[in-house]
Amino acid sequence: MTHSQPTGADYNYTVVRQFALTTVLWGIVGMSIGVLIAAQLIWPQLNFETPWLTYSRLRPLHTNAVIFAFGTSALFATSYYVVQRTCQTRLFAPKLAAFSFWGWQAIILSAVFTLPLGITSGKEYAELEWPIDIAITIVWISYAIVFFGTIVKRTTSHIYVANWFFGAFIITVAVLHIVNSMAVPVSLFKSYSLYAGAVDAMVQWWYGHNAVGFLLTAGFLGMMYYFVPKQAGRPVYSYRLSIVHFWALIALYIWAGPHHLHYTALPDWTQSLGMVMSLILFAPSWGGMINGIMTLSGAWHKLRTDPVLRFLVVSLSFYGMSTFEGPMMAIKTVNALSHYTDWTVGHVHSGALGWVAMVSIGSLYHLIPVLYGHGRMYSTSLVNIHFWLATIGTVLYIVSMWISGVMQGLMWSAVNSDGTLTYSFVESLEASYPFYIVRFIGGCFFVTGMLLMAYNVFRTVKAPKDSLPSLSEAQA
Amino acid sequence: MDYGTFQGISTLVVMITFVGIFAWAYSKRRKKQFDEAANLIFSDEEIANQAKDSGEHK
Repeated sequence: MTHSQPTGADYNYTVVRQFALTTVLWGIVGMSIGVLIAAQLIWPQLNFETPWLTYSRLRPLHTNAVIFAFGTSALFATSYYVVQRTCQTRLFAPKLAAFSFWGWQAIILSAVFTLPLGITSGKEYAELEWPIDIAITIVWISYAIVFFGTIVKRTTSHIYVANWFFGAFIITVAVLHIVNSMAVPVSLFKSYSLYAGAVDAMVQWWYGHNAVGFLLTAGFLGMMYYFVPKQAGRPVYSYRLSIVHFWALIALYIWAGPHHLHYTALPDWTQSLGMVMSLILFAPSWGGMINGIMTLSGAWHKLRTDPVLRFLVVSLSFYGMSTFEGPMMAIKTVNALSHYTDWTVGHVHSGALGWVAMVSIGSLYHLIPVLYGHGRMYSTSLVNIHFWLATIGTVLYIVSMWISGVMQGLMWSAVNSDGTLTYSFVESLEASYPFYIVRFIGGCFFVTGMLLMAYNVFRTVKAPKDSLPSLSEAQA
Repeated sequence: MDYGTFQGISTLVVMITFVGIFAWAYSKRRKKQFDEAANLIFSDEEIANQAKDSGEHK
């Protein structure tokens, strides 16, 4: 039951395979750049005095590569797969689906060239310049047509909850991207935002936080709602809870953006609104986490033998942890300590590595054998080693950033009795060095795991037919 | 209508909507449909397995 056999020619797996394999590739690329810039923070010489290797240009390349190349490719792969299997129909408009793959890869490549060249609109997580923004819109609309077209031609009466999350993610990302990318072009590679001042900042973080809320949360919850029950071999704990927390989550996330702008020129009431909405957001976030983890009730023993399920369950634990941490950091008094420190960086990575990457990796370990007609991955023990590398890497990363962040917050706000600052900025930077080394080591662990995954995926794809039976088949 | 009244009414509307969604999701009549929906992830496998079983007797 846990390892499904492919139904053969019924489904369009070509585009799913393409996106699944590029997910692994872009994961390695994006995370390796992350490790490089983490190393640059310890050894600044590592930019080799080359403009396009400087931290300022590689950091947006890292974030774009992991969010839009790795994460979004994983979402394309899983949404195209899940929508077909739960609607029991072939993908709508296969040529448009192929276009969405090649178009998305072209956009990623254009980011790989333009960002190191310093071509940027300067908006965090939306750095790509206006011609690429237009291309993104076109590819995204074709994605929406394929996805919703498939739902329209479904042969089942219900629309499974995973598709609700994927659908909300596709629609909202389109709206966010179009509104935030509104700009006045002054040349082919330079444009200026249509908005000004505090309004521009608010639009940017309305976009920024909903990229977290809809791309990195709703999309991956869609993934979770298919792959966790499927891998556990039992239906989701509460379908009713999934409906209530879906509507609560999408209704609340939209309002949480102002917490990125505490103590700025943004009006106070907007900051307070963002804080309150972020606090309430805790409830639907944990609704999803509890629903995923409780799906395993009665099947906990499977965690002992199944490292794929372990990836999925630990990703939910990190999701629960970072969605507790997030509302807490949105409280203005806590934010006074945490803002602009490494704590924020740690929080992002507890979500990005612990939740987004681990749920994607777990889903891919379920998906890739099915796509290539096998019962399991080439090596289950390599999956297990990957699991431990990823978990230890994430923990090293977030713990070092917690300590470094709280320390920075305390040092920056410390004042002498005459009101002068106790520490200079450089002193806090020097104090952070040991933690930057721990973070670098954590990143190396995570990338090593991804390299093992690439090898395991390669051997699975190349394995002869019937050479990798699932555990249940091997025993039969 | 002043701004305070508008805020009050919109809060009520949102609250009623939430309670409505909650009542709809947890109504007894919906239970069977939701159970079917929750099992959708396994149902296409059964079709495939039936085809496989009838083809090659195990």
